[in-house]
Order: sequence, then structure tokens, then C-alpha cells
Amino acid sequence: MARRTLIQAINEALRQEMRRDDRIVLLGEDVGRVGGVFRATEGLQQEFGPDRVIDTPLAESAIIGAALGMAVYGLIPVPEIQFDGFLPPAFDHIISHVARIRNRSRGRFTAPMVIRVPHGGGIRALEHHSEAPETFYTHIPGIKVVIPATAYDAKGLLISAIRDPDPVIFFEPKRIYRAFREEVPEEPYTVPLGKARVAREGNDVTLIAWGAMVHVALAAAEKAAAEHGWSCEVLDLRTLSPLDIDAIIASVQKTGRCVVVHEAPRQSGFGGEIAALIGERALLYLEAPVVRVTGFDTAMPYFTLEDYYLPSPERVLKGIAQVMNF
Amino acid sequence: MAQTRGKRTRTASRRVEGWIKPVEPEFETIQILRDDGSYDEASLPDLTDDQMKELYEWMVFARILDQRALNMQRQGRMGTYPPVGGQEAAQVGSAYALEKEDWLFPSYRESAAMMVHGMPPELTFLYWMGREEGAAAPEGVNVFTISIPIATQVPHAVGAAWAARLRGEKKAFLVYFGDGGTSEGDFHEGANFAGVFKAPVVLFCQNNHYAISVPLERQTASRTIAQKAVAYGFPGVRVDGNDVLAVYAVTREAVERARRGEGPTLIEAVTYRYGPHTTADDPTRYRTADEVKEWQERRDPIMRFRRFLESRGLWSEAQEEELQERLRERAAEVVRKAENYPKPEPTNMFDYMYAELPWNLKEQREALLQELAERGEAR
Ligand SMILES: Cc1ncc(C[n+]2csc(CCOP(=O)(O)OP(=O)(O)O)c2C)c(N)n1
Repeated sequence: MARRTLIQAINEALRQEMRRDDRIVLLGEDVGRVGGVFRATEGLQQEFGPDRVIDTPLAESAIIGAALGMAVYGLIPVPEIQFDGFLPPAFDHIISHVARIRNRSRGRFTAPMVIRVPHGGGIRALEHHSEAPETFYTHIPGIKVVIPATAYDAKGLLISAIRDPDPVIFFEPKRIYRAFREEVPEEPYTVPLGKARVAREGNDVTLIAWGAMVHVALAAAEKAAAEHGWSCEVLDLRTLSPLDIDAIIASVQKTGRCVVVHEAPRQSGFGGEIAALIGERALLYLEAPVVRVTGFDTAMPYFTLEDYYLPSPERVLKGIAQVMNF
Repeated sequence: MAQTRGKRTRTASRRVEGWIKPVEPEFETIQILRDDGSYDEASLPDLTDDQMKELYEWMVFARILDQRALNMQRQGRMGTYPPVGGQEAAQVGSAYALEKEDWLFPSYRESAAMMVHGMPPELTFLYWMGREEGAAAPEGVNVFTISIPIATQVPHAVGAAWAARLRGEKKAFLVYFGDGGTSEGDFHEGANFAGVFKAPVVLFCQNNHYAISVPLERQTASRTIAQKAVAYGFPGVRVDGNDVLAVYAVTREAVERARRGEGPTLIEAVTYRYGPHTTADDPTRYRTADEVKEWQERRDPIMRFRRFLESRGLWSEAQEEELQERLRERAAEVVRKAENYPKPEPTNMFDYMYAELPWNLKEQREALLQELAERGEAR
């Protein structure tokens, strides 16, 4: 065991997988020589050389389009898109080809790749550097969407994603890249895709969150217990697509109440999908309607106002009170 | 037949190779003031002595403001900031070639160019302090908003230019981007549109040799950026971006071509950024101190132009001192204005999303107001 930050865990996962399988290549803007603008790929070009850790021209569409070509031709590309706000130029390749190549070619061609993307707000960044675009990608059949909330999961989920036969978008909550250190095994290990994690057990309300918001939900659970004596279960989804429906339903059947927390805007956000699933499958267990605590239906404001935008423990607590007092 | 496809049988009399020849277009780098400060009288642009001094003032002011911004960032009074230092001639010389009614489309690095075209620098400061109020130029200042997603401003400028042409106006549109920007599809698609529709646009690339850490050789296998214009059917030109007179002269010609309806021009201004990509970057990881020194000591745009002014008897040590003092005071005023700008209303984030707020935004705005009231933050 070693104490690692989330970004160190990512770096270690990449390094260990690249040592294991020489088909793995990293590519993207600034990923090589300087090891990425967040240093997620630090030291990897030095170890694996410039043909496996590749600084590309500045073109997200070609990074993902070329990664698709590499993937069908036998490599396992792990492209990095520098920030969440710069995924859109690559969207065409993701939705039209990466997600469909297996189906279109009747299984002859597949696209095993992991698209790594720093995710979310809270770091006082510029416009387009603080987006939470996961819902766009959960809406695309044919790709998986993963987002860790702990260093342990970051390593285990990334290794699973790299070994997965299908394309995965791997969002990395940049706000907690270096927020804490935790025990992470030094040897490679996997955390299965499609399985949620109970981050805190409780009986009165299920809080569902992912990425950085898991920590906001945990803080809210703490407050709810201290200030009201309410017992919150916190479910960290870890994978948004495919979703761990069993874990969600089991928890809601136990608590009878649910608050979903995400930083993306509310309208058509992933919270809506979760609320619909609970309505379809656990309606009679519910003591209150599912409540969503989310970002507003606005553009992510520039950083002086971002704390007013992002869900806070206080706002989540309000959501908890809403379902408790229904 | 399939088995023989792709295989060639050579007969002595047949020509089997030699159809494909490497094409290497030559693009000289236009200079008016040579590195050593010498020049030919005949190539000087048509500028009065006062205009020359004005160019110099803008460059010096840009550098002073840049230093202020960097200091403020270090002190936590500003967010991430992309410095201009080293690129003053490229920006000031090009923007100075515009008339007031022309339009300027910036990326994030054009603080100096925007200011020359009328953007109040305190607004640009406010923008980098994380305030939306700094994003839009005041009415009457023809500067578009800063585009952070690389090269997206290119098609925007082309569209605006094209619209102006369709509306029968004779205006020029100047759009800025970096060497890295020329790798994006938007640059190529925008340039192609510009060529096809003869848009009155000047595509201005500041080739500062790096896109964050990635050197120019990793952006393009072509020897110059200027030559990319050839493929789109309009002129490209390469200019010494640290020679303010050459930048001005070339841009002025491109702007006038645009205004006369002769279509787009691509300008590659060869320059160098002295500082980090932004304050979040550590350039020592990807370039040598010697390289930076070489540019700073031998090709500095401000020093070169000052020597030129001095050689023509237009500038003296006393004038320099007076200017520095005056501009430092003005810079302090810029900072004061930016920092004393009224505090932002948190509900601002709702107010400009639509002409009329839909129900969900209204509800959320109300909820935010209530939360502020509960927290004692009501205004
Ligand atoms: C579409 C997009 N991808 C990535 C980024 C992140 N990014 C910001 S600046 C930059 C490098 C730009 O280099 P260049 O175009 O040469 O301009 P310079 O910064 O040198 O002025 C990158 C990769 C971005 N802003 N937009």
C-alpha cells in the first residue's frame, strides 16, 4: 500500500498497464513531453518513448478519429482530451463511429479504447474548462461512461476500462485530483465496471452521486446526521453507463427516499434517468418523490460565481430535508 | 487479375516513377526593420511620426499591463492569465491596421490587439478575474468575445465577414489564432469558406512556436503556415512578427484587399512568447532558457522599434522616462477600475441565457435568491 492522490493513482494505472501490454498507446495534446497539463501522464514518455506516449497536433476530432483507426488496427489507444469543454470537436467520431463500429461491422471491427477527460468545476478555471458533460455520453449506445470518486477506484476502474473490449469514456474529477491521499495497493488490480459502491451506509435516504459530488454528498450526509439525526446512504455510481440498477433499487427499497446530486444542469441531466428508473421499478417503496440537487440550467458561470452554481453540502441537505419532510 | 494488382512489371521503355514531385513553396519572411535595427527608407509604411510613436506607446503599455496581470495572478487577485509578452508587435501592428468600423475576432491571447482596437483594458482584466462582465466590448467597439475553444473564432469571423459583404458593407474582419490553432478542423474549414465565398477576412496567425508545450514541428509538416493559404486559393504571407512596421504594412494591405472585395489573406506572423502559456504552465519543462534569451535579447519587438525611433530622432531617454511613468500610472488606473468594479450578482448567471427566461430558470433563480437571503447574502 502507498498513499496516493487520485491523479497519482491514474498515472500508476497507466504505467502498469503499459508495462503489461505493449499495444497500449497514449495520445493527446501535451501528454508526452510535459506529461499532460495536469501531469496525469507524467514520466510515461520517458519510460515508454514517444511512439507510445504521443504528443499530437491540436485537433480533438483527429485525436479520437485516429484513435478509432488505431483501435481497429490492433492497438489499445488511450487518448486524452485536455478538458471537458474540448470534447465537442470529437463528438462526431464518438457518436458516429467509436460507439457504432462494433455494431456496424457486425463485430468484425471493435474499438477498445479509453478516452480520458478531466471533468467538472471547482478549480477556478476559465470558460469551457469546468463542464460536466457526462449525460451527452450516457445517451450514446455503444460506449461506457466511468467516473471515479476515490484514488483506489481511479486506479482499479481505469485498469478495467483499458482491459474492456469496448470503448470507455473515463471522466476524471479534476477538482479532487489532488484533494486527498488514500491507501492504494501498489500492484495492479481491477474494480469492475458497472458496479456502484456504497460510500456510506444509512437507512433514511439514498444519496446518489458520482465523481467530485460524492464528497459533497458525504459531507451532506454528515451534516444530516449531526443536525437532524437523519441517516443517509451514499451511493457512488462509479459507472454511469452501464448503470448498476440493482444497487440503486436495493438502496431505495431500503430507504424509501432518494436525492440525486450532479453538477451538470438539471434539465435532461443524468438525475432524470435515475429518477425515471426508480419510478418504474420501485415506485411503491417511495415515501417521497426523487429530488435532484444539480447545477442550474445555465452555462457554467465564470469562476467568481462557480460556488453559487455547484451543488454544496448545504444545498444537498435542503434536498434531503425535502424528501424527509415530504 | 486480382493477383497481379499493385505489382508492377518494369519494362525499360516505360516510365514507372517520377510523376510525384515534392512541392516546396517558398515564403520569405517579410521584414522592414532588420534584427540589427537597419532598414530601407523606401520600405517604410506610410505613417506619420506621431503614429510611429503611438505604435510604440501601445507596445510599451501592453507590456506594462502584462506585468501587472502576472503580478496580480501571483497575488491571487486574478485567475489564470495568458501573457502577451514578446508578441506585442504582432498584436499592436496588426490591430493598428484596422479602421474603427472593422471587426476584430480574438482568441484568449489578444489582450494587446483588443486594446488597440478600443477594448477598455479594465474589462479585459475583469475577464481574467473571472467576471463575465469583462467578456463583451462596449457598444461601438467592434471586438468580438474571446474564444477559448481553439480556432472556433475562425469560421465565426468568416461568417461575419461574409455577412458584411452580403449586406453591401465595405469592412474588414481580422481574426487571430495561434500556430496550434492551424491544426484544428475549424481553421481549415473556415479558411476554405473564406476562399469560396471571398470573405473580406484577414486570418492572422501568431506563430509563437509553441502550443502550450507542443512545438511547431508537431503541429504541421509544412515548412510555413503561410503556405496553407495556397490550398484555399488566396494569398498567404509570412512576416517577422517582432517587426511592428512589417506587421502593420502587411496587415494594412490585407485589410485593404478585403475592403476592396478581393477576398481573404492568411498572415503568418513569426514571433515568440516569453512567458508561460498561461500562469498555470511551467515552460522550463519544454524549452531552454537559452532559446528564450535569444529572442528576448536579440529580437525583442519593443527594443528594436525603440532603436528605430531613436535613430530617426523621434525618441530620447527623457521621453522614455516620461512615457514609463505615465503608462505606469495609467496601468494602476486600469487595475483600480477592474478591482473596484461593482461586485457581481450571483443571479447574473441566469440573466443572459435567453431573451426571456423559461420557467425552469425562473424557478432556479428564485431558489438561488432565497438561498442568498437565508445565508444573509441578500443584496
Ligand atoms: C478545442 C480546444 N482544445 C484544447 C484547448 C486547450 N488549449 C488552450 S490553449 C492551447 C494551445 C494553443 O496553442 P496556439 O494555438 O499555438 O496558441 P497560443 O496559446 O500559443 O497563443 C490548448 C491546447 C482549447 N482551449 N481548445
